Amino acid sequence: MSRPEDTLAADIHYDDVEARKYTTSSRIQNIQASMTQRALELLDLKSPSLILDIGCGSGLSGEMLSAVSEEEGGPHVWVGMDVSASMLDVALQRDVEGDLMLADIGQGVPFRAGAFDAAISISAIQWLCNAENSDTSPSGRLSRFFNGLYMSLKRGGMAVCQFYPKNDVQKQMITSAAVKAGFGAGLLEDDPNTKNVKLYLVLTVGSSAVASKGGDITGVVAGMDDVEVQDHRRKGKTGKGEIKKGSKAWIIHKKEQMELKGKIVKATSKYTGRKRRIQF
Amino acid sequence: MKVLTLNFLTCAVKTCKSSSDSFPLHPKDAELASDDVEVNPQLLVNLLPRIDWNALRTTSTELGFPQLPEQPPTAEELGADEKVLKDLHSLLIETQIMEGKLVCGHCGHEYAIREGIANFLLPSHLV
Ligand SMILES: C[S@@+](CC[C@H](N)C(=O)[O-])C[C@H]1O[C@@H](n2cnc3c(N)ncnc32)[C@H](O)[C@@H]1O
Ligand SMILES: [Zn+2]
Repeated sequence: MSRPEDTLAADIHYDDVEARKYTTSSRIQNIQASMTQRALELLDLKSPSLILDIGCGSGLSGEMLSAVSEEEGGPHVWVGMDVSASMLDVALQRDVEGDLMLADIGQGVPFRAGAFDAAISISAIQWLCNAENSDTSPSGRLSRFFNGLYMSLKRGGMAVCQFYPKNDVQKQMITSAAVKAGFGAGLLEDDPNTKNVKLYLVLTVGSSAVASKGGDITGVVAGMDDVEVQDHRRKGKTGKGEIKKGSKAWIIHKKEQMELKGKIVKATSKYTGRKRRIQF
Repeated sequence: MKVLTLNFLTCAVKTCKSSSDSFPLHPKDAELASDDVEVNPQLLVNLLPRIDWNALRTTSTELGFPQLPEQPPTAEELGADEKVLKDLHSLLIETQIMEGKLVCGHCGHEYAIREGIANFLLPSHLV
């Protein structure tokens, strides 16, 4: 499949026609909604919060933030940044509740320090890796973005960025730019080794965010399916996160053990090991 | 653009990062609208400590609203006084700048607002 990210600038690719096509596709609506849901799960916000939606597009991700019920700690308010006027135009027509800005995240994130409780970005930041011209480079754009994002989040805040890297080089480039900006970073993969694999960069600001989730960057994403931890600030701790009891990896491991013993086990699905909320 | 967002937004120009004059941005020729949004008391309590009250007073006056008190309400006041809560909600969450400009007090850069959307795209020499 060809990737528009590799050849076009985002505001050129997402023109009026593409913005409409993108937003009205029920397949895309479903995927964006479930990835945003996943990001919310990882953020684990306990009360109504101010959230930055980076590359908010036509609001498919942001509207999920407004829709979080009171019982689930919402509804949240959000500010969306996007570089495509056509996408924002569709967001306006859809009457989303977030506050929208036309802005290029590769130029920075223009908010005062500590403004946001949290940030999400769904399917956008891989765009920062392209578009080289005389006065910008991917590395410059990535560092302006992550430095600005780091500043604009409150201490103890978190960001979750789902993205589609073209290859491992891009994955590494993005992750290390985040770490260089000061973030604690973990990479989470859902459905690894399938064509539906989804990658989430989980970022924390300040040690308290980490402390409150178990005292280690691995704790932030622990118990949340397969976790690969890349915390470059703490050498010796890199590599696979430990397999936590009850996590998807742990369940899969158990299943394999049981299968070896000849027992019949349920096929592994993407919901395996998901935390379930108590239904009332 | 909501007044809430304006209370967190700074000039994006590189040379303004270190200047205190680049916040808050000053509305110019602003056309306002008010959205009906359900009051979310918890959200306001959460946001209150992060609101730059002096900047909010400036913005409120510049938009032609009555002068805000010198001190922000306390969380207790927000909880106890329905009017204080409603007023803050209406200013921060419901009031929107639909058309106009935001002007930086340091470099003079003007950010246009159209249909409620502020344009923060910068020519590359200002990044
Ligand atoms: C696949 S869409 C996702 C939109 C939305 N988050 C969703 O889940 O539907 C990617 C969005 O990223 C935006 N984008 C790409 N590069 C950007 C940049 N440098 N600054 C701001 N937005 C950008 C695009 O304009 C596009 O709207
Ligand atoms: Zn300025």
